[in-house]
Amino acid sequence: MGALQKVSGFIMSPAMKMLLILLAVLFPLAAGNEYQIYVMALAFVWAIAVYGMNIVTGLCGQLNLAHGAFFAIGAYTLAILTVDNGWPFWPAFVAAGAMGALLGFLVGVVSLRLKEHHFAIFTLCVGFIIYLLMDKWESLTHGTLGIINIPAPHGFGLVDFTETTPFYYLALVFLVLSVFFASRISHSLLGRTFLAIRISDDLAASLGINLMRNKVLAFVLSTTYAAVAGALYAGMVRFIGPAEADVAHTFDMITYLLVGGIGTLMGPLVGTLVITWLTQSLQSLEEYRMIVFGPLLVLLVIFSPRGVVGSFTAWRARRRAAAREQQARQTASEKVPPQAGASSIKKGAGNHA
Amino acid sequence: MLKIENLTKRFGGLAAVSNVSVDFEAGKINAIIGPNGAGKSTFFNLVAGAIAPTEGRIQFQGMDITGMACDRIARLGIARTFQSTMLFEESTVLDNLIVGHRLRTQSRLWDVLINSKRLRDEEKKCRARAEDVLDFVGLSHIGHRLTADISQEEKKRVAFALALATDPELVLLDEPAGGINPEETIKLAALIRKMVDHGVTVCLIEHKMDMIMSLAHKIMVLDHGEKIAEGTPDQIKQNPVVIEAYLGSDDDAAA
Repeated sequence: MGALQKVSGFIMSPAMKMLLILLAVLFPLAAGNEYQIYVMALAFVWAIAVYGMNIVTGLCGQLNLAHGAFFAIGAYTLAILTVDNGWPFWPAFVAAGAMGALLGFLVGVVSLRLKEHHFAIFTLCVGFIIYLLMDKWESLTHGTLGIINIPAPHGFGLVDFTETTPFYYLALVFLVLSVFFASRISHSLLGRTFLAIRISDDLAASLGINLMRNKVLAFVLSTTYAAVAGALYAGMVRFIGPAEADVAHTFDMITYLLVGGIGTLMGPLVGTLVITWLTQSLQSLEEYRMIVFGPLLVLLVIFSPRGVVGSFTAWRARRRAAAREQQARQTASEKVPPQAGASSIKKGAGNHA
Repeated sequence: MLKIENLTKRFGGLAAVSNVSVDFEAGKINAIIGPNGAGKSTFFNLVAGAIAPTEGRIQFQGMDITGMACDRIARLGIARTFQSTMLFEESTVLDNLIVGHRLRTQSRLWDVLINSKRLRDEEKKCRARAEDVLDFVGLSHIGHRLTADISQEEKKRVAFALALATDPELVLLDEPAGGINPEETIKLAALIRKMVDHGVTVCLIEHKMDMIMSLAHKIMVLDHGEKIAEGTPDQIKQNPVVIEAYLGSDDDAAA
């Protein structure tokens, strides 16, 4: 049991983060071939988008089914600016993120007036409209042909991001940044605010939380993440088409979230990596791999709705609570049971914001 | 403290609350009773700003709050609990309470991204407040437990604590003793008295008559959305209209 505790303690420690980053840095050296590095880099890019989805869906509880479409908006903004308008990569990359935020704001302000499944269905439609625009607005998006010859990220003469391994490291840097900001958000008062909304709109409002403002903020954060991931994706595969906005991508990302653990910090990464590599190993089955995935997902939702990471953190929290209670019993076995404290609930009126 | 004038809420043709006027005094325990469907919860929703009234005025500490948004009313000092306790089961009890003081903080996205001093100070303040209110409701010893693992009565107390973390002047408790055994009900009543002793005004909806009669300073009785009586527990007990409303129809015998 002691060993188990040590291992679980280590997994939650800062040293684990360092170890993960170190493993990620060493991965290209250990990989058997370039294809594996490519798959991993692609998984990182998707994971960034899943982190965005985790903010609006995992923390704030709003199921945004247009998430994949915002990924495509990032990819298309980058492609159109670089290929058709001759922008250099990085300014177009920033513009793609900004476009994700701007369109996220516009869509969010309208769609977040709806609640729960109405919101989900509305965003499903928004996603489909975005797909249609990409498919039909030929003068802007090149229609079904898609956009080819998208430049790779500019390496300033130092690195060549058309090569797989350098791009892998670039994706890794963006992933680490994404996780870092996601961690800041989820551990902060802002993350707690989002979580209160996830529990219930009524509860959050009764706690003085402005629902619309916070929901729109969560939505914009998520679409920005999605658009940044989409722009990276465009710079990686260098060819995009309307299929990027297919709702299937959104459902893939929901699967990653559910498997990893919705609302948890490491869930999006764990889920994306697990499913990506599972998909790779089942590639010989082609479309039939869904026969494997479907039942697996059903079992997961029934028996472990918190996903891999959520189940782990809950297990750990219970163990720690039990350990603390045991400790408390040992140290103060003769003391009377805890009484309601004497602390006052009325503070001075000075801090009313 | 809370002054209600001619409050009416109609849903289509149905008047859930109809022309209710009442005055609740500061520092007192005010109870609202009535058969199921009498409009008690709607009355709370109107006061808390969850829904806007069709007619009438609500004044809180001399300020007109009629039709004001729920979150603004919360910031003015009205907190509430709900019939079914809503908590985040997957995190610890203490973690659930920290957000309660969020409305007294200013930090925004930018503070979060740069982890500003303001944010760190405010997070400390919120955590301290959470510990205070948890101590107040007598649950300091289970602060680290997962909320999913605590008892129903403890959850009710946590919901009280969450409401108190907002620094309220007035707390609306919607059936605080619902689903709680008699022994725990007595303890919960003691906690409600303690809240009032610390300067919080309480307004509660409850079906447990012995609890209400020993606890409340003032009782308002609603039936079919209308106020049929108002007064001290003794006055209410002897009021023939109230006895009629409670015993005369068959759908509320359980109360």
